[in-house]
Amino acid sequence: SARAAAMNCRAEVLEVSVEARQVEEAALAVLHTVLLHRSTGKFHYKKEGTYSIGTVGTQDVDCDFIDFAYVRVSSEELDRALRKAVGDFKDALRSSGSDGVGQISLEFYQKKKSRWPFSDECIPWELWTIKVNVVNLANEQERQICREKVGEKLCEKIINIVEVMNRHEYLPKMPTQSEVDNVFDTGLKDVQPYLYKISYQITDSLGTSVTTTMRRLIKDTLAL
Amino acid sequence: AMDTDLSSQDRKDLDKFIKFFALKTVQVIVQARLGEKICTRSSSSPTGSDWFNLAIKDIPEVTHEAKKALAGQLPAVGRSMCVEISLKTSEGDSMELEIWCLEMNEKCDKEIKVSYTVYNRLSLLLKSLLAITRVTPAYRLSRKQGHEYVILYRIYFGEVQLSGLGEGFQTVRVGTVGTPVGTITLSCAYRINLAFMSTRQFERTPPIMGIIIDHFVDRPYPSSSPMHPCNYRAGEDNGAVYPSVEDSQEVCTTSFSTSPPSQCVFTVTKAHFQTPPPVVTDTLKVPVMGLAFSHQLSSSRLSYQPAALAVGSADMGYPVLLAGGLTAAHPHQLIGPGKEGGVPPVPSQPAHGTQADQERLCTPLDGAHYSAVTPSSSEDTETVSNSSEGKCGSPHDLLETIFIRKVGAFVNKPINQVTMANLDIPFAMFAPKNVELEDNDPMVNPPDSPETESPLQGSLHSEGSSGSSTGNTHDDFVMIDFKPAFSKDDILPMDLGTFYREFQNPPQLSSLSIDIGAQSMAEDLDSLPEKLAVHEKNVKEFDAFVETLQ
Repeated sequence: SARAAAMNCRAEVLEVSVEARQVEEAALAVLHTVLLHRSTGKFHYKKEGTYSIGTVGTQDVDCDFIDFAYVRVSSEELDRALRKAVGDFKDALRSSGSDGVGQISLEFYQKKKSRWPFSDECIPWELWTIKVNVVNLANEQERQICREKVGEKLCEKIINIVEVMNRHEYLPKMPTQSEVDNVFDTGLKDVQPYLYKISYQITDSLGTSVTTTMRRLIKDTLAL
Repeated sequence: AMDTDLSSQDRKDLDKFIKFFALKTVQVIVQARLGEKICTRSSSSPTGSDWFNLAIKDIPEVTHEAKKALAGQLPAVGRSMCVEISLKTSEGDSMELEIWCLEMNEKCDKEIKVSYTVYNRLSLLLKSLLAITRVTPAYRLSRKQGHEYVILYRIYFGEVQLSGLGEGFQTVRVGTVGTPVGTITLSCAYRINLAFMSTRQFERTPPIMGIIIDHFVDRPYPSSSPMHPCNYRAGEDNGAVYPSVEDSQEVCTTSFSTSPPSQCVFTVTKAHFQTPPPVVTDTLKVPVMGLAFSHQLSSSRLSYQPAALAVGSADMGYPVLLAGGLTAAHPHQLIGPGKEGGVPPVPSQPAHGTQADQERLCTPLDGAHYSAVTPSSSEDTETVSNSSEGKCGSPHDLLETIFIRKVGAFVNKPINQVTMANLDIPFAMFAPKNVELEDNDPMVNPPDSPETESPLQGSLHSEGSSGSSTGNTHDDFVMIDFKPAFSKDDILPMDLGTFYREFQNPPQLSSLSIDIGAQSMAEDLDSLPEKLAVHEKNVKEFDAFVETLQ
């Protein structure tokens, strides 16, 4: 997005063409894979500015409508949050008409505290956009092929994501205790992803674009 | 020099990180090929034993194999750690699927902070490995293993060997981490023509001039280390067999500082545990295997250690089930319908003593109705209660599988040459003596069993197989094979156990060593005309010999 570019934020775009019933699983696979790399164990700060890190568990997820499996972080809270977002996205896509094209974005940001009366700034540092193109298939045979093809495509996407992660480009500095909520989402009980927000944009068949941003509820709410 | 730039503490830490990174890499890869979904729990409080802040279970046998392959060394330039994943069908054909390579190159990053950045990047790399292991073709194959094929792994250290992957293999890079002593690279080369299940998929090399060559199909190099199946039963105390990795495990207590990055407080302490079960309650399930290994066993010179759950072929009329990790002392763990169609009569007391720690049970096989012998269900309760007290007995045990521990090099002999039903001794042509007539063949008419032989003999099969091991201390496996395909040599009276011990770790055939393999084959072929000439000269002698056989 233009905003991301202006903010000197790393932006990656992934495109998938899927059947309507595959939208959720495809989006979840990508989002979970990104968040696997962008979540740590919970920090426990101790005296003298040291901290220890909790343990992140992982689990395999099999897709029902795609011949595909992926690994996600073992956190039910995180999974619920992503499923909610992806479910809303799917509903919006569906209600926009059968030729809907849409995109769902995962943005990682840092908060920068400002003095009153200015509200805190959210500075994105990494933006992942999944462009989804919904296709309609005529028969069962096509659907079967689609299962496999989308599975293969998602394998490629996972490899792409891992490539980006491996570049070891900018990551926020590890925060002090007082700053941790400006960098990480500390509201989950078992893992600690970087602060993120998910938004989506639907372009319906008329070419109208509707954007919805869902703010992740975080402990220190913004002034607005 | 490089080392003077790195403090000795940093160097020690770095070596430790690399070592445990290598071990965890192997665990992730092998676990991803078990055929089951993996699930570990997040824990907000650090347990101290979760390296790289990731809950990755340690299967002891896998760690053991990895440590064996590494032999105290670390990946370095030219010395890579490789995990080879291959597939083996129930008919004995095998094919390499993937080679995962952990390599080190010379590009150093002197500026990087070992105890902080390197550690976190290694953690990230393991996450990438978790993700990538699910997207190569072998993953889907491994999820479907069990009936027609199994997935095996082999760890070796040294030079990467990719030639077994066939033409046009692809590579995927998992990631790299720069360190002050070099850059760690993790990648995977994988075979792409996996048009599986076609019968002509595998090359079957017929025996050449009667010489059976031990080799894996497509493998130009001898197996320098044994293959292992990925399916393991995990979660039980393996103390008796392999030291649990928690024994003298080095604990990593990570403690980071948020002050200027130069102040990194990183403490690594050594902690010695007993052999506790894993802290994290993982569900590393092991699949049921209903795999026809019996054919191989009869036709192969095996170096099996604890053996497989196997289903015999249809023409046998009954399954052959092999118990893993046991001596004949636990015959109650073998299940076969025998003639009764139910649990075979179990001897009244185990022939041998190593007991309580081993209670691996067979699973009931699909479509077959066996009552797995557990204390709760066995008719011979007094037998079962003699051993494995307190450990067996839950219905849960029924679902655990027995598994192959080691598969050594084996004979890749086309199966139609040997059938279980009427076993000619397949190695007869190599016996040092003359061919014996069937009446004298102890396999057909076994001699009276010596007293030490397991009471199983005769009870499992009416034909009176002598195929049970004596009560010996070989605690790796027991195999019940009703017509064992091995020595009938009177000079070396061999029971099954002895045979397996003898042949378990055969030396490499010199003709298969990399250096002289091709050479000696060529030499052999070159010397053929000579040999033929000699034979022709002695044709009268041969004729006379043949006469004596009539």
